[in-house]
Amino acid sequence: MIDLKNLTIEKAHEAMRKGEYTSKDLTEAYLAVISEKDKELHAYLEIYSDVLTQAEKADDKFKDGTATLLTGIPFGIKDNILIEGQIASAASKILENHIASYDATVIKELKGAGAVFLGRTNMDEFAMGSSTEYSAFGPSKNPYDITRVPGGTSGGSTAAVAADMALVALGTETCGSVREPAAFCGVVGLKPTYGSVSRHGVVAMGNSLDQVSPVAKTVREVEIIFDALSKHDENDATSVIEQNRTPKKSNIGKKVGVPWHLFEEELNPEIMENFKSSVEKLKNDGYEIVDIKLPYSKYSLAVYYIIMPAEVSTNLSRFDGARYGLRIEGETVTDMFNKSRSSGFGQETRRRIILGTYILSHGYYDAYYNKAWKVRHAIIKEMNEAFKSIDFIMTPTAPFLPFKLGEKMDDPVAMYLCDLFNAPANLTGTPSIAVPSGFSKEGLPFSVQFTAPHFCEGNLFDIGKKFEIIR
Amino acid sequence: MNIKDVEDLAILSRLDLTTEEKEQLLQNTEGILNYVKVIEGVEVPDIEVEYEQKNVWREDVLRVGEPDFSHDLIVSQFPDSQDGFLKVKKIL
Repeated sequence: MIDLKNLTIEKAHEAMRKGEYTSKDLTEAYLAVISEKDKELHAYLEIYSDVLTQAEKADDKFKDGTATLLTGIPFGIKDNILIEGQIASAASKILENHIASYDATVIKELKGAGAVFLGRTNMDEFAMGSSTEYSAFGPSKNPYDITRVPGGTSGGSTAAVAADMALVALGTETCGSVREPAAFCGVVGLKPTYGSVSRHGVVAMGNSLDQVSPVAKTVREVEIIFDALSKHDENDATSVIEQNRTPKKSNIGKKVGVPWHLFEEELNPEIMENFKSSVEKLKNDGYEIVDIKLPYSKYSLAVYYIIMPAEVSTNLSRFDGARYGLRIEGETVTDMFNKSRSSGFGQETRRRIILGTYILSHGYYDAYYNKAWKVRHAIIKEMNEAFKSIDFIMTPTAPFLPFKLGEKMDDPVAMYLCDLFNAPANLTGTPSIAVPSGFSKEGLPFSVQFTAPHFCEGNLFDIGKKFEIIR
Repeated sequence: MNIKDVEDLAILSRLDLTTEEKEQLLQNTEGILNYVKVIEGVEVPDIEVEYEQKNVWREDVLRVGEPDFSHDLIVSQFPDSQDGFLKVKKIL
């Protein structure tokens, strides 16, 4: 019996290298857990029919000595990342049966390494939400308490990893969509520096924000995946070229800035207590804790909810029933567009399209969109300034503990507030990692978040690994 | 905002909405705008934005390994087609 609970990429790699078990054995072990738990947790929308064939190919690499760390490692892949020949629906009815016609670059990389894709994980439709409840195919559940949400939009990926239904997973972030569900499911999630990991073949939501983000139980595993995927891609015009990937701050030290003013008042008291004790532990380990002020950052979520819907309304205009996906015929072509989109898009998706269209329309463009960008630049400048005197920014990952299914469905803004602490990193493009930090008295996971300057993921991994030891 | 605004936006975004949906969207949008309009009051100095990025261009030629997509998979997914061409209702 393989101990999936305590398994890591490196342990699995060693075991497979030594011949203790094969990737096929490992994959079958995960499939067994999936058949036992996923009916209830609904982390997956589909398990691929060729899983064992993929594993066998990986086993060949071990036989001929070409196996690397990610060979034979079972992954959950978020439903908005394209794998050629497989359905990629972004959890939307408008793409329910859409088959990807090419591999996302990150998939190509993982295929090259011989990773095994178990299936596509559930998400909020078009990556819009914070709980996976906006999926057109039913919500996923939190493995720690099935009456609660796993977070979102990468809730399927984080639930799968937390419940031993995948060793690791890929999610995506536009605003907290991997860090927040990682917090809710007690796993590690990294949002890399914007431009470090290719967006080619990832269903676009907000082009100035989206990043593929790895999910795993430990910081080291997230590091392994990031190292494999962080490279320039010619097919992604926003991908940073290799020579510009030097860490923005060399000589990172041990100064941790905490913007207490951003969350002192409203935070759940249990989370505050856990956060304070986490900060203490770092202090006792030789980190200097500095109180910092980030006045513009408190507008991050508002800025996000102006810029993102604008980008979404543009990106989702390609889904029109014409070339692929759901088509509902009408009298005219425009009729077809209208009917297909109205049937195919869920409520939250339509909300954001309407909002984005409003924000970009004549008369409001300046007041909302242009102003939001000005504030965004102010937030970026503020964060760059802050990093001159500190090395990391630390906050709780989420302002609440995992909430009950249905609890925030009536109030969109209440749902949006889940990403309050995540937003600055997405707006500024800085890398940020969520690391589990304990459990509440009800057994729900706590999480803390570290943010570093651009391309300083290495430093995030250092502090993350240190925190894993001392927490 | 009023219902007429929502209707205009629906036309622009190519969405057919029921009366109920329009009401709901009006309410939701107003709620969200209420939250985000806080940025109106934010004083931002005229920042000289320094972009580190620059536009990247390439020659318009097929590169090795291109096209990397499956033509067959694309054509097979046309909701309606004729002789390998995508088919829609008449446009003109």
